[in-house]
Order: sequence, then C-alpha cells, then structure tokens
Amino acid sequence: MTLFHELRKHKFLFDELVKRDFVRKYKRTVLGMGWSICAPMLNLLVLWIVFGYLLKVNIPHFVIFLFSGQLVYSYFSEASSMGMMALLNNAPIFTKVNVPKYLFLLSQNVSSLINFGLTLFLYLVFILLDGLPITWKFICLLYPIACLLMFNVGIGLVLSALLVFFRDMQYLWGIASQIIMWGSAIFYSVDSFGPTVQKVFMLNPVFVFIEYFRNIVIQGNVPGIEIHLLLLLYSTTALAFGAWVYKRYNTEFLYYV
Amino acid sequence: MQKVLEVRDVTIGYKTGDFRDIGLKEWVVRRLKGNYQVNVFNAVHGVSFELSKGEMLGIIGGNGAGKSTLLKAVSGIMVPTSGEIVRTGSVAALLELASGFDPDLTVRENAYLRGAMLGYTRAFMDAKYQEILQFAELEEFEERPFKQLSTGMQSRLAFSIASQVDPDILILDEVLSVGDGAFQEKSGRKMREIIGGGAATILVSHSLDQVRQLCTKILWLNKGEQMEYGTNVEEICSLYERFQKRG
Repeated sequence: MTLFHELRKHKFLFDELVKRDFVRKYKRTVLGMGWSICAPMLNLLVLWIVFGYLLKVNIPHFVIFLFSGQLVYSYFSEASSMGMMALLNNAPIFTKVNVPKYLFLLSQNVSSLINFGLTLFLYLVFILLDGLPITWKFICLLYPIACLLMFNVGIGLVLSALLVFFRDMQYLWGIASQIIMWGSAIFYSVDSFGPTVQKVFMLNPVFVFIEYFRNIVIQGNVPGIEIHLLLLLYSTTALAFGAWVYKRYNTEFLYYV
Repeated sequence: MQKVLEVRDVTIGYKTGDFRDIGLKEWVVRRLKGNYQVNVFNAVHGVSFELSKGEMLGIIGGNGAGKSTLLKAVSGIMVPTSGEIVRTGSVAALLELASGFDPDLTVRENAYLRGAMLGYTRAFMDAKYQEILQFAELEEFEERPFKQLSTGMQSRLAFSIASQVDPDILILDEVLSVGDGAFQEKSGRKMREIIGGGAATILVSHSLDQVRQLCTKILWLNKGEQMEYGTNVEEICSLYERFQKRG
C-alpha cells in the first residue's frame, strides 16, 4: 500500500516530530508529564464529590462508572483540541518543504495516545481497588480503543483543516465539545430515559464508546454486534472524511496560513 | 545532456481577497449576503523553461515578480493552475532557511528535525552531524535551546544542514549570503562545491554579479510575465539593468 510505503519513507521525520511535540508539551519537566495524569484524576475527584457525595447519585460502582466516561471523553477532547492545531502550528514547515501534511496530525495524536495509555493504566488499578472482576472479556476493550483511535484521528484531520480556513473554529469547537460532554452521560445514567431518548444518545459516538467500556467493566457483558458495527461506522466515516478533506485541500492550505 | 526539469507554459494563481481570518460565522453571513469574494491573482503567467544536468539557471526580477511562487511550484509545494511541470529526479529547495526551527528544541534536536524535513535518513544525519556542527561553528552550543542563539547562528546552522544535500535539482533562494564575512566566504565555497557536483541548479538572486559569474542560463520575470529567457546571460543581464534604471 502506498500509505504504508510513504509512512516508512517518512519514518525519520515522523519520529522527530513526535519528539518535538513531546518537548513542546511537557517542556522537559517531570511535573509536566505527572500533571497530565493528575488533571483527569482531579476532574474525577470533583465529579465524584459533586455527584457521588453531595447529590448521592445512586449508580453501582459509581467511581468506575465516572472513570469510564472520563477516560474516553478526556482522550477524545484532548486529541481533538490538540490535533486541531496540527496544521496551523506547522505552517512554517509545510509552506517551505514538501512533506505529507497528515504527519503533523499523526504525531500530535501520539502524545494524546500516550496520555490515554497512562490514564487507562490508572483505570485498571481503580477497577482492581473497586473489587470488580477482571475477566477475559477485557480483551474486547481493544476493539473500542482501536475504533476510538481512528475516530480521534479522523476528527483531528477534519478540525485541523477547518481551523486553517476558519480561525474561529477553536471557540466553536470549545462549545461543541461542551455539548458533547453533557450529551455523553459521563455522570448520569440514561437507563431512566425512554427508549427513543436512549436511541438519540446513540447518535453521539463518544457516548457509545463510553457505554462499551461500562458494559465490559461493570456489567461484565460483551455488547452486541450492532454496537460493534456502529463504532466501526463512526470511526471509518470520521477517518475517511478526514482523509478526503486532506486530499481535496492539500494544495489549498497554503493560501490561508 | 540529460533533461531533469521541464516547465511548460506554467501559470500559478494565488488566491487573494478578504477571506483570511474571517472565521466561520462571518463566512456564513457573507455567503448569505452574497458578498463573499475570492480573487485569483496570477503570480506567475505563462512561464516556460527547461533545465539539464550541470546547468545553472538564474532567475532575476524585482519584488513581486513571481520568483518565489515559481520555485514553490517547481519544488512541489504549490500546484500550477495551468501548464505542466515535469521533474525527473529529486528536488531540494532551500527557501528562507532560518525560519521553521523550534525555539524550545536544542541545536541538536533542531538539526535532526531539519534533516528529517529535508528528506535525509537518520543514518545520514548520525554520520554527518559532527561535520554540520563544526561547519556552523556551534560545537559549544549543542545542547542550548534554539531561542538562545543569535539570528546569525541560526542561519549558519540552517545553511550547514541544507548544504549536505545531494539532489538532482537544487533550488537556491537568496541563500548564498549567510552569516558574517568569514562565514559568507566559507558558505560561498561550499555552495560552489555543491553546484560543481553536477546538480542542475536554480538560483534566485538580486545580485547580478553573482548571476553573471555562476549562471549558464537566465530567466527574467516581471510581474509574473516572462520577459526574457536564454543562454545569453550577459545580454539579458544588461537588458535588465537598463530596464531597472528606467524604473
């Protein structure tokens, strides 16, 4: 495949870009990396204090319930908001050297993926502490993780291209991701809603990802085939659309930066 | 002689207008009102030339003549609106060297990143790194963040990395004047060495002396139009000089 061939050809550049994004993000501080783990933990603590302790939401394994939502959503929101900057931040490079522009987005996504990996590790620790059984079904989690990765790359491609054309996308996306957050049932359950409303929630990809995690980890059952197909549809659509945007506007970005 | 580059009747449009920085909200409003306009301005219009191995083409012309745009199209960063560019072989374009470095990375990290951008391999960079550092006279600054370097030092490093290229087509945009006097001499020598290495070279320069001295062919652009093109370098240079004096 030409893509893999091209990736191999540009592996050195890709590695160096990843390294650079890492340095940019953490500024060579130990705390920098620690902070990216602390932030979701603090977020989790606040959510737990408000909903679990003060409002006494009655959901079994509420900490894990919250963490499942937080895990997926924070990966999505970080990958999309950081990925959004990928083209604009690298404009000085691609206006002077002819390199494949998607490399910038992919390297940006590596940092977010590493963060996700660290949070995932803490998530598993929390599951153990909670006393929930870790079964062979956990292997299934690789499926939504792979889909989520594709989905995030796709969204990042679309957003980074849009930001080049429309600079206010940053603020608009801030609002959009707030709406997605509230619509992802991170700190409430959709069980009490009617079946139609529950179907509407399925239109939110982030929600479907979160539910998959909760199904495996808390209920201990593997979601049906339709959920798998839905996730595949969301992630391939996002990725295909993102790839199309980059291909279509590859030579146009130059005029707008 | 082996032809490595052929540019046939190339026109390159640049989009201009107030579409930049307007944002999605404003764009929607303007679309609805019907006053959203994008103008296409032809920065290069109907230019043709060709280049064979070992030749050196000088491109001259005032500001806004379309020189940089033409080079961007030759290197593949821009795509011509019409016409054709046929390349046989690798292209290395050394445009505006000093920009594009990251201020937070060290000299070493920036050197590797730049090398990767120029298409070198890691093995090549490992082998050449010390030489690059020495040539740029930056041995003591290896682990310093880039922002602590002076502008001159930055362009010295840029030149040292770029001058390791071994392309079939080499594009030089005003890079022969880098650094202070001593370094300029050194870089000039290095440049002539690369040119002597057999690559087909395109040189954009405001120094007619340089063009007279080095080039075997010349292309004169004015406001995107091709004024003259040929191997009679001396004659075209004189024409250009007279043209400039007339204003």
